Amino acid sequence: MVNGFRPRTLREALQILSANNCTVMAGGTDLMVQRARGFSIRPDFDRPLVFIEPLEELKHSVRENGTLHLGPCMTLSDLLRHPAVPDPLKEIIGMMASPPTRNMATLGGNICNASPAGDTLPWLYAMNAKLKLQSAEKERIVAIEDFITGPKKTILQSDELLTGILVPDTRFHLNRYRKLGQRKGMSLTKASFLGMAEISGNTVTDIRIALGSVAPRIVRAAEIERSMLGRYVGDINAAAAVITERYQPLITPIDDARSTAMYRKKVSLDLIRQFLETLSGSPGTGTKSE
Amino acid sequence: MIIEFRLNHEKRTIDIDPSARMLDVLRDDFGLTSVKEGCGEGECGACVILVDGRAMNSCILPAGAVCGKSVVTLEGFKHTKRYRAIENGFLKAGSVQCGFCTPGFVMATESLLNENPHPTDEEIKDGLSGNLCRCTGYNMIIQGVRLAIKEGEGLW
Repeated sequence: MVNGFRPRTLREALQILSANNCTVMAGGTDLMVQRARGFSIRPDFDRPLVFIEPLEELKHSVRENGTLHLGPCMTLSDLLRHPAVPDPLKEIIGMMASPPTRNMATLGGNICNASPAGDTLPWLYAMNAKLKLQSAEKERIVAIEDFITGPKKTILQSDELLTGILVPDTRFHLNRYRKLGQRKGMSLTKASFLGMAEISGNTVTDIRIALGSVAPRIVRAAEIERSMLGRYVGDINAAAAVITERYQPLITPIDDARSTAMYRKKVSLDLIRQFLETLSGSPGTGTKSE
Repeated sequence: MIIEFRLNHEKRTIDIDPSARMLDVLRDDFGLTSVKEGCGEGECGACVILVDGRAMNSCILPAGAVCGKSVVTLEGFKHTKRYRAIENGFLKAGSVQCGFCTPGFVMATESLLNENPHPTDEEIKDGLSGNLCRCTGYNMIIQGVRLAIKEGEGLW
C-alpha cells in the first residue's frame, strides 16, 4: 500500500516533493494505464503519490503581454471550453481520446509523459513553447525541445513540478493539422502533421512544421524552416519535393501495434510536400485586388 | 490514506490505498456493480461514472483523486427524472442488447446532456465516442438519446 499526499497549495506540493521521493499524479490517464496490474489488483506504484490535479494555481489560462500562459493542471476539457485557448490547439484536443478521458487528462500530463505520440506536443513545439519548472528552492524556464530528451524521458527532477506553460501568442493565417489513426474516434496517433504559415505579398514570412509519432521525439527542423523564409510561395511550390527530401533523415519511425515504420514515413513526407504545395493557394497570396 | 468524498449523495470516509482504481473501490468496497470493467485502460467506457457531474473512466481514476468530490454511479442516478427519460429512450429505441455497456452509456449520456442539452447528431456521437458497444451498431443508442432528449425536455 502506497501513501498519498493531497497538498492544498503549490508551495505545500513543492515542499512535499523536496522532502519525499514521490510519484506525481495529475489526471492519471497515462500513469494508471502504465502501472495497471488487472482487475481488483492495486496498480504497481512503489512511491507515495502526490495528487496535484486540484491545485488552483495550476489551473488558470491567461493571455498577457503577447504570451499565452496555460495551466498545466487544466484538463483537456477545461482547455476546450476556455476562451484564451487558440483554435488550432482546440482542434487538436478535440481529436484526442474521448470526453470521459478528456475530463481527466491534463495538458501538463501530456507534456511530462513525453510520449512521441503526445498529441499536444507538435503544437507546443511549433509555437516555441517554454516550460516553467519549479522546486521549493528554485525555478527555471526551458524550451520544450530541451525538456523532452527521448521517449518518456524528460529533464524534470524529482523535486520539481511543471508549473507553467508559456506560449508566444503568434497567430498564423494558415494552419493545417492532420492526425492519422486507426479510426476517427478514440484513437492513438500513428502519425501527425502540423503545418503553420504566414504569407504576405506572396512571400513566406513565417513557417513552422512539426510531426508527431514518427521519431523518438517530435520532429521540427528550424534550419529547413529558415531556408523558406522570404521566398515566393511559387518557388516553394516548385521546390516542394526537394525541401521535403531534407526531412527524410529526420523521420525515423518504428513498427508497432498501431502502424509500420514504412507507412509512417511515407505519409509524413507526403503531408509535408502537400502542405508546401498548397501554400500558394492560401491567404496572403494572389492578386492585390483580394 | 483517508479519503472523504460523496458517493451517490452520501458522505463517505474510507481508509484506502490512494492508487486503487475507483472501479475496484466501487465494486469491491461498495458493491456498486453497475460499474463494469471492459478494457481496463480508459477506452471502452463500461466503467464511466460521474465525478462532480462529469463523465470519467473509473478504471484509470485513482481513489486519491476523488477526495472532496461527488461521485455518482448508475445506482445513485437511477432515482432521478433524467434517468427515467434516458431509460425510456433506450427502451423504445432498442438501445440495449446484452446490456454490459449500458450503464456506461447512460452515465456518458447524462454527462453530455448536462453540458449540452440539445446536441446535434455529431455532438451525440462525439459525446459517446468513449463508449463501445459490440451489439447494437450504435444507431439505436443514438436514437435512444434523441428520444430521451425529447421526453426529458426541460430536465437538462
